[in-house]
Amino acid sequence: MTEPLGEAPMQRERAITIYERSKEGRRAAVLPAAEVPERPLEELIPAHLLRSEPPRLPEVSEPEIVRHYNRLSRRNFDLDSGFYPLGSCTMKHNPRLNERVAALPGHARLHPAQDPRRAQGALELMWLLQESLAEICGLPHVSLQPSAGSHGELAGLLLTRAYHADRGERRTKVLAPDTSHGTNPASVTMAGYEAVKVATDERGGVQMEDLRAKIDGEVACLMLTNPNTLGLFDQNIAEIAGLIHAAGGTLYYDGANLNAVMGHSRPGDMGFDIVHVNLHKSFSQPHGGGGPGAGPIAVSARIEPFLPRPQVIRRPEPGWGQGGGLENRRGQSGGGAYFDLDFERPKSIGRLRGFQGNFGVFVRAYAYILSLGGDGLAEASETAVLNANYLKARLAEGRAGKRLPVAFARHCMHEFVLSGAPMKRELGLATLDLAKRLLDFGFHPPTVYFPLLVEEALMIEPTETETKESLDAFAEALELILAEAERNPEIARSAPHSTPVRRLDEVRAARNPVLRQPL
Amino acid sequence: MADANYPDDLCYHDQHDWARLQGEDHAVFGITWYAQDSLGEVVFYDPPEVGATVAKDSPYAEVESVKAVSEVIAPLSGEIVEVNDALADGPEKINDDPYGEGWLVRVKLSHPGEADALLDAGEYRRLLDG
Amino acid sequence: MTRYTSATPADRAQMLAAIGVDSVEELFEQVPEPLRLGRALELAPGLGEAEVFERLAALADRNADAEEQVCFLGAGMYDHYVPAIVEAITQRSEFLTPYTPYQPEISQGGLQVMFEFQTAMSELTGLPVSNAGLYEGPSSLASAAYLAIAATGRRRFVVSRGVHPHSRETLATYAEGFAASLVEVGLTDGLTDADALAQAIDGETAAVLLQSPNFLGAVEDIEALGATAKRHGALLIVAVDPITLGVLKSPGECGADIAIGEGQPLGNRLDFGGPSFGFFCASEEQIRRMPGRIAGETEDVDGRRGFVLALQTREQHIRRERATNNICTAQALNALAAMVHLAWLGRRGFRELGELLVQRTAYARQRLAAVEGVELLHEAPVAREFALCLDAPVTAVLERCAERGIAAGYPLAREYPEYPDGLLVAITERRSREQIDDLAEALGAALAAERLGEGVGAR
Repeated sequence: MTEPLGEAPMQRERAITIYERSKEGRRAAVLPAAEVPERPLEELIPAHLLRSEPPRLPEVSEPEIVRHYNRLSRRNFDLDSGFYPLGSCTMKHNPRLNERVAALPGHARLHPAQDPRRAQGALELMWLLQESLAEICGLPHVSLQPSAGSHGELAGLLLTRAYHADRGERRTKVLAPDTSHGTNPASVTMAGYEAVKVATDERGGVQMEDLRAKIDGEVACLMLTNPNTLGLFDQNIAEIAGLIHAAGGTLYYDGANLNAVMGHSRPGDMGFDIVHVNLHKSFSQPHGGGGPGAGPIAVSARIEPFLPRPQVIRRPEPGWGQGGGLENRRGQSGGGAYFDLDFERPKSIGRLRGFQGNFGVFVRAYAYILSLGGDGLAEASETAVLNANYLKARLAEGRAGKRLPVAFARHCMHEFVLSGAPMKRELGLATLDLAKRLLDFGFHPPTVYFPLLVEEALMIEPTETETKESLDAFAEALELILAEAERNPEIARSAPHSTPVRRLDEVRAARNPVLRQPL
Repeated sequence: MADANYPDDLCYHDQHDWARLQGEDHAVFGITWYAQDSLGEVVFYDPPEVGATVAKDSPYAEVESVKAVSEVIAPLSGEIVEVNDALADGPEKINDDPYGEGWLVRVKLSHPGEADALLDAGEYRRLLDG
Repeated sequence: MTRYTSATPADRAQMLAAIGVDSVEELFEQVPEPLRLGRALELAPGLGEAEVFERLAALADRNADAEEQVCFLGAGMYDHYVPAIVEAITQRSEFLTPYTPYQPEISQGGLQVMFEFQTAMSELTGLPVSNAGLYEGPSSLASAAYLAIAATGRRRFVVSRGVHPHSRETLATYAEGFAASLVEVGLTDGLTDADALAQAIDGETAAVLLQSPNFLGAVEDIEALGATAKRHGALLIVAVDPITLGVLKSPGECGADIAIGEGQPLGNRLDFGGPSFGFFCASEEQIRRMPGRIAGETEDVDGRRGFVLALQTREQHIRRERATNNICTAQALNALAAMVHLAWLGRRGFRELGELLVQRTAYARQRLAAVEGVELLHEAPVAREFALCLDAPVTAVLERCAERGIAAGYPLAREYPEYPDGLLVAITERRSREQIDDLAEALGAALAAERLGEGVGAR
């Protein structure tokens, strides 16, 4: 129990919800007057369709709202403030330039149903982003529609289903390695397939005998990420692609780890048919505390006919740019090409969502790609791989080297996995305890307990935007924590100590869920 | 329950489930100390319906902790005649008393002879150690 | 070293030495030679910030946004006024840049926002449980259908044609994976045909899917329509426009099992269609089948009140192929925007805004119906959007209005071929009486010009 005098200021500040700050009669908004002759509501809408009591939203003034959410924000750790080495999440710097351009009224206040002729800037941006992603992925056809990575996965599986159906085949299974992210098998079930696990070999790649044993005419697709969630490039990928293609299945790439290979290797060249890209990972879209993101997909020519509808296309229509009256405010016109939404797609799987997708995210991703360029993207991946290997080397020294050995002893790519098993055996500290103690040192912990293959796993992805000093500081913190645990493991076992709240009773939250404020 | 224990009067399945035989053709099932310890604090038990059939080696229910979901495997085949309703409000009984108040279902056995294939307490303990 | 990285030659030398290699190239040796790209990406080299800004601004300038054209477009996304504090709060680093709150001790800000948001959406919809948001409206309907399959074991869905076409299409796409069948029930006079609906529902129906106000703006009698669903043990799933919930009876009160919808009108920009968020609220029984993140209240070891991600065993990172849904990243920042907007409107303001919309919409509908060449497509009660029939080709009329700086509405023909001359007009609190009067005038002039066969561009 923390002594009252030992409490950090934020710990002393107890959580109060906006509803608890509410006082009848307070308000922030002043709305415009109706300006029109008003009629009794019941004349316009029958009484039995009307609500009798307004919803119990809070009644607070504007200064209170600002103060409430500002104070709340300070109870969050964030990437702008500190290191966030979450594996496969690619927590790279979120440039504020991207926020500025996304907020331009021409982008931000554009209605999605605006006539395409009056949304040429938006459609051209989407087309340019598509072209860029096609080049990066090595697959020619891109749909920006999916809203997140797992949405892209679902899209990829539905595309696979449509592809097989078009050939008169009905397949029932999808293979994915035991190291795959949970969204992979979850998407498989939503797409109506049976998820089958493929084993990982002692080098960390797909176990080839197990794969060969499991590939048959029932397999619709194999889902992989390369490098995988262990941060290792599967050197058998060409052979794997050959096997699945020979069996008539599709090969799907989970783009969560694309940050390792941009400009160095392309999933299309590796043999993948369908790739999803997480714009909120490799392409710097801020994570927002859990979204928004976007999960565009790039596909090969044989999958293209099935892409979602509508598709953004470019029609080289001569004469469009002239005299159409649609010059921009600077007097520039489109110049001979016309960008459009193509709904005429007879084999399309249809829509995955409303309108065209998370356009605000596309603006940011495109600004990022323009900022880095081809050279910058290749350098980003190179530096991501350098940073990861450097941190891995640092953590192979000292106490970390003994208590947190790396799971696979070869050069990693952009991330690596350590095992906390020796630490648990020798110091009685679980990976969870280490993670919680890191919070006291001002770091966000790495991903814990994933992939499931590694006991007491710690999955670390520094990204390219961390300085060497930042990586050194993290290594030093781990060293300190392990040294402290040798003397007194109880400190870490009861950590964190200095965060706004300490370890939370998740069992209570699960047994008696309280999911809203009672009012 | 503080320490590992595996009562001698029960039969054990290698997927960490136990059966207490009752008379000729009934049995009560549950999960072992090892299973509840691995799972952590149980927060939810999703029971099957009375009347449902269970098949040896197949899952018949789920037990959830905060961070994991575990299928419960039937050690023997039969029809469910009773479900432990007390677990709805008190799933922690599975942790505190896995062989007593933490029982999961009572089954009328279809093939009582299947019990011969189960492990006794000693064999199950050796399985855990090995 | 380019944008955002920092490794100097000295840094690199030290790092390579620590790793024990001579060059970064050695680290890429694990990528087999034939798979190395071996050339530069065919993308232009990186640009400085000012140049990037100019490029993006030039693109923005070629869009007729709501500042340039008075926007009467709706169809699920609306040009509402978003107060300045929403931007100020959502642009804070602490809300903009963190990850999903898997370490709750340092994520109390985000988790408490989710909890407040869940409370707000539960209040609006009249249903006890809300999640922390899904991607957007139409895919939320598909997720609701997925839940209905798990809840009932059935795979047949009865859908009103009044449900947003994007939602119906999305559902059809997902239904291929769900092995679900869809039956559509038509509209009569702008409202779901009650008899046809009752006849379509049977003991194999997993859920009945309705929308109110429906796509044509008409307020449906959900309670009456839903009664048959209940009798057959089917779930009642209703898509609603959140901004109307200060005035219209909540879906919960009408007997809905699940209420979903497009959340954009609450605190979110148009952004050419996204990002926004979808909301998902349900009855108590469906808690363990809910998709998406949910925040729950609890205490820490010292008894401090705190919040955590609750019921994670539903989700993909634990349950994998047996998860209630595959959703991972959702729309946390957009839900925060909605919460701030709702707090800003407050209990009274939210209701007043709803009433304001109803009044201005009634006025607009009356004004426009009086224009020569315009008829109401239906006379059912409306809240903030309504449908018209024009006696001239809609695209030509829209072009003429656009030239006058007005985006007059959403043409219905593509998605509702039965209304080839249909136009959907949406009202927000930003559409002043003067703008509505201008629209009436512009429409009148456009229709007159079409009647006279005048060329576009002539005034």
